[in-house]
Amino acid sequence: MLRMEGVRKDHKHRGGIVRVLDNVDLEIDRGEYVSIVGQSGSGKSTLLLMLGGMLSPTRGRVIMGEDSLYDMSPKDRADLRKNELGFLFQTFNLVPYLTALENVQVPLLLRGVDGPDQARKAAGLLERVSLQDRVDHKPSELSVGQQQRVALARMLANDPPVILADEPTGNLDPETGAQILEFLEETNRQGRTVIMVTHDPVTADRASRKLRLHDGAVVPGERLP
Amino acid sequence: MRLNTIVRRELFERRTQVITSFLAVLLGIAVIVSVKTVSYYSEKAVSRELDALGANVLVLPKSISVQDYYSADMEGSEIPEEYVTRLVMSDLEGLDNLSPKLSVPVEIEGRSFTLTGILPKQEFQAKAMWQGAGIFSRPQGCGVVANIPGLSKPLSKETLVRERVIDDLGEFEALVGADVASLVGIESGEDLTLLGRSFSVIAVLPGTGTVDDSRVFAHLHTVQKLTGKGPVLNAIEVVGCCVEISQGLVEKINKLLPEAEVVTIGQIIETQINTNQMMRRLSGVFLLIIAVVGSVSIANYMFANVFERRREIGTLVALGARPSFVMNVFLLKAAVLGVVGGIGGYLLGTLLAVTLGPKLAGIPVLPIPSLAAWGVGISVAIAMAGSYLPARRASRIDPFDALQEV
Repeated sequence: MLRMEGVRKDHKHRGGIVRVLDNVDLEIDRGEYVSIVGQSGSGKSTLLLMLGGMLSPTRGRVIMGEDSLYDMSPKDRADLRKNELGFLFQTFNLVPYLTALENVQVPLLLRGVDGPDQARKAAGLLERVSLQDRVDHKPSELSVGQQQRVALARMLANDPPVILADEPTGNLDPETGAQILEFLEETNRQGRTVIMVTHDPVTADRASRKLRLHDGAVVPGERLP
Repeated sequence: MRLNTIVRRELFERRTQVITSFLAVLLGIAVIVSVKTVSYYSEKAVSRELDALGANVLVLPKSISVQDYYSADMEGSEIPEEYVTRLVMSDLEGLDNLSPKLSVPVEIEGRSFTLTGILPKQEFQAKAMWQGAGIFSRPQGCGVVANIPGLSKPLSKETLVRERVIDDLGEFEALVGADVASLVGIESGEDLTLLGRSFSVIAVLPGTGTVDDSRVFAHLHTVQKLTGKGPVLNAIEVVGCCVEISQGLVEKINKLLPEAEVVTIGQIIETQINTNQMMRRLSGVFLLIIAVVGSVSIANYMFANVFERRREIGTLVALGARPSFVMNVFLLKAAVLGVVGGIGGYLLGTLLAVTLGPKLAGIPVLPIPSLAAWGVGISVAIAMAGSYLPARRASRIDPFDALQEV
């Protein structure tokens, strides 16, 4: 379903070139729960954003279904992100001046859902993450765990078949982190593909497959029990 | 939720940052509106003053020069009074006041003066055939000032020399120039014998330093009758609109009255046209400066705003926002700033003009409602122009870079 073919990514840095990903070949099937681990700077986040259609490779192809992401127009790629992908970030990336409800409404707005349906669906999602009494709170009025749950609700708003999570528990205490992972596992059980970047081995071990990145290259994966 | 919810919330959330650029737009528009308002009324006031200087077009007999006219040396040269009818009934645009005159020499107590017959304004209006010709419905922008409180004064017979037209003049009534009055020792209310008939002096005109000071004015038809000349004139003084004059009004009158000499009094027209141009250029310079300063200020704010919100933009892109959506977030914000700044600027500018205009320019100033739409339009244009590049930059932000930064 998601495939990388001979992907290389170079960054220019102070006149020189830094190779972030080097000849990566990767295939992730529909419904898989994959964790990507590696040291800081190993290229984990680069790989994730590239799978999300937000960073073009210097060489190689990234394929989703039948479509080569970076052969698509930016507009089509934006539509694909809107309809097929859900992102979960370490720092939540909630819009600071919008309420919890409005933050969850953003993907629905982008999809052209009308106002009342947006509000109804967003309220339902917040209830699902147990934040029904925080709908009118702005991110600054929520705890970090609550903020990540709002981000989780926002991610699910468009019912994406693929979820890309970048260190989703990195800023959370163990208990809240565990809650978030349970949510992710639940969405995986519902048939969604989950690809999660983490540097925490315990978190990584909860996935069904673990990929290790080392100096921009994928170390042969291990399938977890 | 709609796009405008995002814009509105962000504006309120960061209102202290918005306020500087909003003030730049508001003050800019306020300055433009106040300058335009004051200059509009200044232009009108100047036009009115120039209008009061008298005719700017003269219709004379072929053999007469402007110098002859001003030296009142026009003996024996006449044009038919019917020319006035031709002018009034023509479809020429830009004709304002018409003042037909017949001047003849008279002796008063052994001294030589000029008796000038004039046609009162009321007689123009009384003629059924001239009704609806619109000759006295003074067109806009033609040295014409609408009734501005404090500026328009009721016409008196003493204003003849300045206004060139009076409302009413009886058959045997006369107006006496300042020099005539002092040399002959006559005052208002006394009788004066002219061409063998007694005239009642209804006013002594204030001195002007012109040939008019040594004239006596009476009704045109009385002068025609007493001299036995019939329906003839020496001259028709015309107050023409400067714009129309510059667009060939004189040539059109020449065509209409080929047997007459049509001349312009160049200085008056030139002064009025120059004044109007100067006012327009002044407004134009202000507009240009403010447009540049306003746009730069808005651009500066927007670039900073885009930089500050790059993470938010990266998130929107990750959620599937197209570049056009991101661009619209910033352009809509600019439009809101423009509309609010434009309305506020119009109100503030009008308030400044109305309160300071009379003190600084010495003229009464009233609000010009049409400037509201104009102010908002300019304001939105300035805000949009200043925001276009920042908005485009926002739509091209690399989400990878934006999301990698913490």
